[in-house]
Amino acid sequence: MPFIPHTEQEIAEMLQAIGVDNINALFEEIPSHLLAGELAGIPEGMTEMEISRLMHARASQHPQSICFLGAGAYEHHIPSAVWEITTRGEYYSAYTPYQAEASQGTLQLTYEYQSMMTAMTGMDVSNASLYDGASALAEAVLMAVRGNRKSKSRKILVPTTVHPAYRKTTHTIVRGQHIELCEVAYDATSGVVSLDAIKQRAEAEGGDVTAVVIQQPNFFGNLESVDEITDWAHEHDILVIAVVNPLTLAILQSPGEWGATGADIACGDGQPLGAPLSAGGPYYGFICCKQELVRQMPGRIVGRTVDLDGKTGFVLTLQAREQHIRRSKATSNICTNQGLVVTASTIHMSILGARGLENAASACHANTVSLVAQLSAVKGVDCAFNSPYFHEAVLKLSKPASEVLAALADRNILGGYDLSMSYPELGSAILVCATEMRTEEEIGAYAKALAEVIA
Amino acid sequence: MLIFEHSRTGRKGAPQSPKQKASVADIPASFLRKERAALPEVSEMQAVRHFTRLSQKNFSIDTHFYPLGSCTMKYNPRACNKLAMLPGFLSRHPMAPEAQSQGFLACMYELQSMLSNVTGMAAFSLAPMAGAQGEFAGVAMIEAYHRSRGDDARKEILLPNSAHGTNPATATMCGFSVREIPSLENGDVDIEALKKAVGPQTAGFMLTNPSTLGVFERQIETIAKIVHGAGGLLYYDGANLNAILGKIRPGDMGFDVIHSNLHKTFSTPHGGGGPGAGAVGVAERLKPFLPLPVVTKEGENYRWMTEKDLPDTIGSLSAFMGNAGVLLRAYVYMRMLGREGMVRVAEFATLNANYMMAEAKRRGFELAIPDRRASHEFIITLKNEARDLHVSAMDFAKRLLDLGYHAPTTYFPLLVPECLLIEPTETEAKEALDGFMAALEQIREEAKINADLVKGAPYTLPVKRLDDVRAARQLDLAWKASPAE
Ligand SMILES: Cc1ncc(COP(=O)(O)O)c(C=O)c1O
Repeated sequence: MPFIPHTEQEIAEMLQAIGVDNINALFEEIPSHLLAGELAGIPEGMTEMEISRLMHARASQHPQSICFLGAGAYEHHIPSAVWEITTRGEYYSAYTPYQAEASQGTLQLTYEYQSMMTAMTGMDVSNASLYDGASALAEAVLMAVRGNRKSKSRKILVPTTVHPAYRKTTHTIVRGQHIELCEVAYDATSGVVSLDAIKQRAEAEGGDVTAVVIQQPNFFGNLESVDEITDWAHEHDILVIAVVNPLTLAILQSPGEWGATGADIACGDGQPLGAPLSAGGPYYGFICCKQELVRQMPGRIVGRTVDLDGKTGFVLTLQAREQHIRRSKATSNICTNQGLVVTASTIHMSILGARGLENAASACHANTVSLVAQLSAVKGVDCAFNSPYFHEAVLKLSKPASEVLAALADRNILGGYDLSMSYPELGSAILVCATEMRTEEEIGAYAKALAEVIA
Repeated sequence: MLIFEHSRTGRKGAPQSPKQKASVADIPASFLRKERAALPEVSEMQAVRHFTRLSQKNFSIDTHFYPLGSCTMKYNPRACNKLAMLPGFLSRHPMAPEAQSQGFLACMYELQSMLSNVTGMAAFSLAPMAGAQGEFAGVAMIEAYHRSRGDDARKEILLPNSAHGTNPATATMCGFSVREIPSLENGDVDIEALKKAVGPQTAGFMLTNPSTLGVFERQIETIAKIVHGAGGLLYYDGANLNAILGKIRPGDMGFDVIHSNLHKTFSTPHGGGGPGAGAVGVAERLKPFLPLPVVTKEGENYRWMTEKDLPDTIGSLSAFMGNAGVLLRAYVYMRMLGREGMVRVAEFATLNANYMMAEAKRRGFELAIPDRRASHEFIITLKNEARDLHVSAMDFAKRLLDLGYHAPTTYFPLLVPECLLIEPTETEAKEALDGFMAALEQIREEAKINADLVKGAPYTLPVKRLDDVRAARQLDLAWKASPAE
């Protein structure tokens, strides 16, 4: 019996203590006509050896391609120590730290994580994590609506340069609360959103806007004019929600430095800080804010305090915001978060340090510059925009993107993200990315393959 | 000591990043960070030692009996972790072409169908990333269903007063108001109160069965009739299916939508807070509204369904595919259990809970619901001990830590005074259960002689009892470099 330790004798003793003859008697309160028959759709159990064979076979169905695909999930080097320690049973198999005294490991680590994230984002407060970047944006929007008491409109300006999947997810999550996401188109030449376009949309909405979302670098990899947008928003009592890639913050201005006073909420996906691609998850969403908004924060927060002897310790705090206390009036329904990935991320940031992250991020940038130069030199390939970019860029192709990407995939190159579904106005275009993992040879091989495919 | 306190300016990590900072001179300076972030500067060994030591300050399933009610802290087989972390899965980009992802998609497809089979639902989506997000998906589908029929006046979600906090919070997020239905002393829903509460405003009723009171809702068919009769839908909070696996299926009980916490019943690790997975299953009439992505099979090939296949979907809940790695772990676990193993889980989870309940009674503890069978969990109330010995359920919980047991869930469900919600799971051996019960009894004896001993617990952990009030009043949520450093 898998993972069940009982001996026949123990079973007999336990049944006797309960006062029944057999285990089935324990289910006597279930109306008998409702009892399930055999579960025909579930195969027979497998031994570890058998399932191991099956999973190795399944995993090996995936060719090891060279990855130039980003679009929200990035292949980075992760120090071996990170997941070795993260998967220690003491982290891996613990629950949410409800019993603080028996969970100081997780709690202190989370406090250290919060400290690192506030340092990276330049914000005052971080929570202990949300599910992923997209759902974190949804929570940031909900938080802004609660937090901006000067606005009544529940309207949020969202440039179309924000990740399309983030916009979709946010829509799914906030629509029930009658919050409106108002799209702002980007400038076709620069691939960023202009302040004028934002102003126009705000005016078209009657002037009362609750918050504006800015992704930096934006979905196309381009750098938005965050300072002037932030300052304009604050002049008009509009909160600023920054969506950022935390690794790029090793180089780029932190949301806390945007404009004169900084963004109000910063969120995004923590994947680039120590989470493997892993088919899409688990990653984690992070969310940080200014002190004024701390009581609007969703999810767990760890605080430092003292014990009876005055010794430093850590606890879950400000729980009166949360569902288990506040129920229907909670700031969010989130309970379980992404703690283990946060554990990995905290170890990752500690081992790399700010300098290590800087080196990784700058290498991503330099590799992408080299990639764009080599690919755009291919006949039939052009840069779509003229803005500065960080580690992703958009290329226009003379052949349909889907065909080109399929042909590259056959050569074990993941050539990028096909933009034609979400951005039909771009025609045939792809979003490419070269992280620090890519070598000059690989970049050269991509250029060569692309030239053949597109010819 | 914090990791920041191990830091020394200029100390560099191991060769974990490219050797030098590459040029970023082509990026205009206005976009660049002015000051380097204050992350610790430590050696790789210092980090490894620090985080290894921190881990040793945790209780976990791998180190302790952890009977945390409603959380299903069963053993997390290591094979699940190892096989989900095979390089072929770990290095797979979420948007890699379907043709190159058939192994992964096959696992997801089979997981969907195993979950459908074990719960009796028509279809499943694996998108939700935890129980609460599964609830969100379920309640959003209820809303979409009524809206699709032009039935727009259904603005209220009903739930029993024993409901988990995520239920009412979810209903609010989806734009509903919430009305609580009382529970009877025997743990069942108050049918008369339910009859009075339902009406044309009822969108649905969210129920956990077995309930968070640890008993099976015997009137479930009557409840289904009442709720459906009023035009509402029935939601099953299947966070914990441990007591019913292979025994009874929510679909057969009349539920329209269910979420299942794979990080409980299907043994994916809880990771000190997450990640989880809250797969959501539906009856036929809610299928058009399922959240994306869903995996489908055409001939021998697997592919993602899109908005073209499911134009009425409530949408997506994450940027990609939810917590794929968690789903793989659950898949491995379910394949290892197989159909026989699933039934065994229910049987032995139930045996363990009922044995502990019988032992609690024998040892003179008061059961919250004395004359019922326990499901996978049961509740004792320490209100007598609180009254006579002046020690609370929290005091018992803290003293248990000293004795080497993680405490059960305390003060939930909120309607039982001084309660401990105890869930042993099927993976614990009898001697662990006996040891735990003996510890509870020991604490009561200690309290009789010296209540302060119990009230001062714990003594043997890295810290003594912590000051929650101070934590909330004098907020210290992040370490800041002092100006001198
Ligand atoms: C009965 C019940 N419902 C819902 C939840 C919420 O699940 P999660 O924490 O995965 O969001 C839980 C567990 O926390 C639960 O025990």
